[in-house]
Amino acid sequence: MSILVDKDSRVICQGITGRNGTFHSLACREYGTKMVGGVTPGKEGQTVDGIPVFNTVAKAVQETGADVSLIFIPAAGAKDPILEAVDAGIRLIVCITEGIPPLDTASALYTLREAGCKMVGPNTPGVISPPDRCKVGIMPGYIHKPGSVGVISRSGTLTYEVVDQLTKNGVGQSTCLGLGGDPVVGLSFIDVLEMFRDDPETEAVVLIGEIGGGAEEQAAEFIKSEFNKPVAAYIAGRLAPPGKRMGHAGAIISGGSGTAQGKIQALQDAGVTVIENLTQVGATVKQMLT
Amino acid sequence: MNLHEYQSKQLLARRGVAIPRGSVCYDGLEALIAARELRSENVVLKAQVHSGGRGKAGGVSVMPVSDDIRLKASEILERRLVTNQTGPQGKPVSGLLVEEVLPIDQEIYIGVVLDRNSGLVTVMASPEGGVEIETLAKESPEKIFTVSVNPLSGLAPFQSRGLGFRLSADKTIATQLTTVISALYAVFTEFDCTLAEINPLIISGNRVIALDAKINLDDHSLFRHPEMELWRDRSQEDSLELSARKDGLSYIRLSGDIGCIVNGAGLAMATLDLISLHGGAPANFLDVGGGASEQAVADAMSILLEDKNVKVVFINIFGGILRCDVLARGVIRAIKQRGLPLPVIARIEGTNIEEGLELFKQSGLPIEMIPSLDEAAKRVVTKAKSL
Repeated sequence: MSILVDKDSRVICQGITGRNGTFHSLACREYGTKMVGGVTPGKEGQTVDGIPVFNTVAKAVQETGADVSLIFIPAAGAKDPILEAVDAGIRLIVCITEGIPPLDTASALYTLREAGCKMVGPNTPGVISPPDRCKVGIMPGYIHKPGSVGVISRSGTLTYEVVDQLTKNGVGQSTCLGLGGDPVVGLSFIDVLEMFRDDPETEAVVLIGEIGGGAEEQAAEFIKSEFNKPVAAYIAGRLAPPGKRMGHAGAIISGGSGTAQGKIQALQDAGVTVIENLTQVGATVKQMLT
Repeated sequence: MNLHEYQSKQLLARRGVAIPRGSVCYDGLEALIAARELRSENVVLKAQVHSGGRGKAGGVSVMPVSDDIRLKASEILERRLVTNQTGPQGKPVSGLLVEEVLPIDQEIYIGVVLDRNSGLVTVMASPEGGVEIETLAKESPEKIFTVSVNPLSGLAPFQSRGLGFRLSADKTIATQLTTVISALYAVFTEFDCTLAEINPLIISGNRVIALDAKINLDDHSLFRHPEMELWRDRSQEDSLELSARKDGLSYIRLSGDIGCIVNGAGLAMATLDLISLHGGAPANFLDVGGGASEQAVADAMSILLEDKNVKVVFINIFGGILRCDVLARGVIRAIKQRGLPLPVIARIEGTNIEEGLELFKQSGLPIEMIPSLDEAAKRVVTKAKSL
């Protein structure tokens, strides 16, 4: 068992017939995910390398028993597929799409949360559970190794860099997920920390943060009062100038808040080991666990 | 995308918000004529730049109406305004807003923002406007009233009315405040803003007037507001940053001499931090993105080489969706097109790393490949210092 996804998760891909949808659905299946169907309105009856395509999420869920949806739909029209998945009873949505208007995300999240559904992202590489060989996302599976460290990140390739180091240092992962680079996202650091806290398979956590917003600061408060497992963190953006968006829509220091320094201080105050040199993360975590 | 004060005021005026009488001028004579037409004893000249802190930088001037306005206006229009938000190079003044001067009885703050925590649009109001909201939030948070809005039903009249009456017990004033609050919220949601702020909103006698307005539009939402592109002011943005964005690249110019190309915003920021940790100074932030094509990578190299400050190029790629062979082809292509005026040090890892390394080797180009990220960063710093 791990958090969010496991070997029993049944995953559909909304947008499966698009180029990215196809590529990544097959890659997930190759990793070991139970990719049971896809949804593209108007293409029911087609298959993508044997994976059946349906017109609607409701039909897909009815026919396949899917409980997780991986969304690859372009930003302009991404809100509706999210609402459709919620309405069809999907319990976990992983929204890869970058560039969704924040007001659309906010509106979809409102409905999602009322329905008790969870969303990872948007603008996320997804979630992967190496011990369960279940990947719902675009991360390269081969860099991961089964183990007991949970990884929560706001980034994509920076996460891969860290995971790669952990693996090379013999430190395996229980579940890794990207919260997403947008200013408003579904699951937060705290939501995931709660899950890791209650997960017997996770012994320690690595947080990867960046400038913008107050998520890391809030996580630090949570860690201080409600989280006992060891935590290591790396925060990107010490050099970022204020007022400039550093790639991610959510990575912007505004009005003096959301600085890397502020986050680092808050985390250190909570007893988190904050690593300064990115290339030392793997070795430091390994040492932390011995 | 940011809007100028005069544009923000226009958007709000269309929705019933009272703004000072005035007009935007582009030369001294026009400003003088505009000032006279206001039939006001004094006028205020306000430089239109995308920045706060214009007053301190000499971009705002209150003057009696006289011929002196012509010279003063010309002088401001020719300036580059340097504030703590523009960076040392400052921003050119795009126009001059010439407005009547109004007596101020009270300054109020109204702002609308999408709260990252709650995921809800939040309206903020304070009876003590005129200062930066961040300062107010730090020093007197109890003076800021907030209302969170249900995205499905929108800002309810009772919510805007509630804020209005908290700000003023006077019915005439509260009614106007309510109109302004509703209008600001409407603009925010209708145009997909990241921020909509009136600071200060003044009470002048029995009138409520927006003395300054700031509206920032969300870049990712502009596709559904194509008409707003007409209001884009390129003079206020870094031209290289704009060109990069057209290619789907994220580029921000910094002040050092180590040019960086990285895939992924977090990794790009981390790369800058690592270079700095080892004593170097990055020249830029550049994220080629996950799905970057060969052409985009080639363009990224070209953009980097436009910056005269760059002495060394550092490429740090962790191939996920962007495969190492695609990256290699792009870099090789760019260098073969433009020549290699600068040393290039690269560290690649991830999907198709073997193909990528092989391509670099075959190209015969003098690119230093260093597998360890730490070593590569140290090497880049040493190299830059030696040049």
